[in-house]
Amino acid sequence: MPTYTQIGTAQVAGVGGAVSFDFTSIPNTYTDLVVVTSTRASLDVVSASVKLNGATANRTNRMLYGTGSGVASETGTTIYAYGNVNASARTANTFASTTYYIPNYKGSTAKSLSIDAVEENNGTTAFSSIVASLWNDTAAITQITITPDIGTFVQYSTAYLYGVSNA
Amino acid sequence: MPNPTRIEVNCTTGEVLEIELTDAEVAELAYQAELAADAKAEEDRIAAQRALDKAALLERLGITADEAALLLA
Repeated sequence: MPTYTQIGTAQVAGVGGAVSFDFTSIPNTYTDLVVVTSTRASLDVVSASVKLNGATANRTNRMLYGTGSGVASETGTTIYAYGNVNASARTANTFASTTYYIPNYKGSTAKSLSIDAVEENNGTTAFSSIVASLWNDTAAITQITITPDIGTFVQYSTAYLYGVSNA
Repeated sequence: MPNPTRIEVNCTTGEVLEIELTDAEVAELAYQAELAADAKAEEDRIAAQRALDKAALLERLGITADEAALLLA
């Protein structure tokens, strides 16, 4: 049975917001990693990007998403999701909920990552998505950075990193 | 309002750092936001123009959007 151990907590305490959550020196004592975030942006943006070990090369991203009134898909070379941060235009004080799952993060083969994201809004528009990403690199993952595509994460946004054993 | 921060969590030591951005970094952030807003405005303008062009074409053809979709199906 998998065991989840919380190994990192980040919370935006100040009213100025934060431009990124950066988990560093991730220990190699687990099987998988999970990041759970609750975030809202200072600007009208619905996506935040993820970097593994700070790398910007050898990445692919395939996303299926809904907007509340339509569905579509996208591919790209950065790791991101629609709905992994609540846009500032959404209902006040609501936050997007997102889970990032990274299996076999310390292996010597390419690293996969899945994202399950949804915005919250008392209205007709709310993005949600599921994403399959790949970082084609043999290095163990020791750092995860999440950054809103524009603006900042507002006060009370949070990110928790868990190490998963026996997954 | 204070400048935004970068939050760094050292998962081995448990140390959490909230590093305040410099004024230059904040200016760059504002510039990037401005560029993004300009790009979005341009996308919105193109989408609005496309909708107008589509409506004008349907009117010239004398068919509805549903009928046009039927033709293209």
